[in-house]
Amino acid sequence: MKHRGFTFEKLKIASFDFTCCEGCQLQLANRESTLIDFLELLDIKNFRELSSEQFDDYDIALIEGSISRQDEVERLQAIRRQAKTLVAFGSCACFGGVNSLKNKFSLKELVAEVYPGMKVETMPVKKISDVVKVDLSIPGCPVNKEEVERVMVNLATGSLVTLPKHPVCFECKAQLNTCLFELGEICLGPITRGGCNAVCTTGKTPCLGCRGPSEEINMPAFVELVKARELSLDDLQEKIAFYNAFEGFSNHEA
Amino acid sequence: MIYKVIAKSEFKRFTDALLRDNTSFGPRQVDTDSRGKAVYQFLPVTSSDDVAFDYTATASSAKHFFLPFREELSRFVFQDQEWDQQISYEGNPIVLIGLRACDISALNILDDVLLKGHFPSPYYLAKRKNTFVIGMDHLPLPDCFCKSMNHHTISTGFNLFCSDIGENYYLSINSSKAFNFLKECDTRDPIDDDNCRLVERRKIISDSFRSEVDVTALPSILDIEFDSPVWEKWGNKCLNCGTCAMVCPTCYCYSVEESFDTNLKGATRQKKLYSCNLVDFAEVAGGHNFRPKNGDRLKYRYYHQHRGFAENANQQICVGCNRCGRACLAGINPKDVINDLRMEKESCLTNISSSPDRI
Ligand code: SF4
Ligand code: SF4
Ligand code: SF4
Ligand code: SF4
Ligand code: SF4
Repeated sequence: MKHRGFTFEKLKIASFDFTCCEGCQLQLANRESTLIDFLELLDIKNFRELSSEQFDDYDIALIEGSISRQDEVERLQAIRRQAKTLVAFGSCACFGGVNSLKNKFSLKELVAEVYPGMKVETMPVKKISDVVKVDLSIPGCPVNKEEVERVMVNLATGSLVTLPKHPVCFECKAQLNTCLFELGEICLGPITRGGCNAVCTTGKTPCLGCRGPSEEINMPAFVELVKARELSLDDLQEKIAFYNAFEGFSNHEA
Repeated sequence: MIYKVIAKSEFKRFTDALLRDNTSFGPRQVDTDSRGKAVYQFLPVTSSDDVAFDYTATASSAKHFFLPFREELSRFVFQDQEWDQQISYEGNPIVLIGLRACDISALNILDDVLLKGHFPSPYYLAKRKNTFVIGMDHLPLPDCFCKSMNHHTISTGFNLFCSDIGENYYLSINSSKAFNFLKECDTRDPIDDDNCRLVERRKIISDSFRSEVDVTALPSILDIEFDSPVWEKWGNKCLNCGTCAMVCPTCYCYSVEESFDTNLKGATRQKKLYSCNLVDFAEVAGGHNFRPKNGDRLKYRYYHQHRGFAENANQQICVGCNRCGRACLAGINPKDVINDLRMEKESCLTNISSSPDRI
């Protein structure tokens, strides 16, 4: 494609799933109104959900899921060697995601519970950046297709790729939602990165922080406000731990 | 201005027709909060029954009807080696019913900033002049402080303003459009008794304010207190969420984003309301942030609201609705912040220049 003297190369892309539900990859086939245009941007080299062909000459690798087995580590390292841009795709890849709940239990206990009597190789869940270098993160459970499109368009046109730096509240207010704290619930909107258009809170469900911490969050003030409203600190802990996205912000007071 | 009196039943008939025939928005209850209080927002209405005439104040202001949270400024279409820019100033006619005096004051302030400067905004103008504004007076909430800001009464900026004088509304008619609409209705000229009731109503409203913010010499106090520890104290509580600016009727800041369409055949330039409390508000190319600290960002919001910037002739732009204070999860509100600044100022006065000893 050529415009104003610029030539846009199609993005040689591959997508790989690790420990996850494949919901983020599924999002790529979503948003039908622009699906054809979106696929036009891509030269798909390897993408189980979109095409059966498989090639290894990709530049961009979308990594979906977290890492929970040794063979996954090796597969991921091989992808890293090939990819010029490795993208942590979705909350499992970015933070460990829901799978990280596993890390609260002993592996033995887990295997006995889930696969009784079977020999299963497993290890504590890791996020992608624990294993290889990540060039770009697109958080979300699942990812927001609109954002993925924007990122891909920016990569194709060589524009700066950024994520919103404001928290979810900011987008929540633009939808004229009643704050869930006013309705007596704990919502992670004030500490979570926006960009999802506050989809959960607009549906009157508290934000669980799937997009991870917003830029420079104020965790002490956030814990303070939960306390001031006499809401349950256990509920707060549970929500914060849900996607394992606030690891670096463990709050001692809560 | 023309004054008329209309029976409430007749006013209902008038609004029914008006709201039915026009795209209209008015206060509606959207929720009941955990303390049992009703939450209102300006939402679409099609008859007078939809309008919560007895509402208190909406959680978010009516600003977004004039400054949408997100608005396309222009479209670009690429063709061959050329490109074409398309701009349209859209302003479909709408009716806004139920605005409070402070809400209308806020529109007048936005008019000053957005229409009277060097670069009047055609986007704002298109919407402002196509909006039929009906104001309604009310008894203030316990935390309203518009009286302190002198925005509890209003004489311009609306088409029609209704003062509740019991069985009737006392109407202030401020546009020929409103006058013509009302011709169809049964109204009469005010008599002495109506005038007395209006004066009484105004007095009751004025006497009902329970929150006061002492704003005497506030601009200069803000200048003097530029480095006050008060900013850090309140800044430490701030979540950088931007909620205050989003619900505020006069915050008009925005950011502009340009993005290609997915098919790369066009692009859009969009404006999105923004807030000086957000971490990247003062971030520039290369990543330098001129206001990296919470307290600095919060301070600038108070500066703009309560001291004013040159672009609107150093006027305060806060109208005292306290929407920001009500919405702030961290409990940051103009009354407490300003009182704190004043105390800080006064304690420094007593400390440094204590009165000379007698004899
Ligand atoms: S509901 Fe959640 S996201 Fe929305 S304003 Fe309240 S805290 Fe923020
Ligand atoms: S509201 Fe919170 S949990 Fe829901 S999609 Fe957005 S970031 Fe994720
Ligand atoms: S002052 Fe309150 S509402 Fe405003 S950004 Fe800070 S925490 Fe959010
Ligand atoms: S107070 Fe802040 S967000 Fe509001 S108009 Fe001023 S600079 Fe903009
Ligand atoms: S700063 Fe707060 S009190 Fe003042 S006009 Fe804005 S929302 Fe209302």
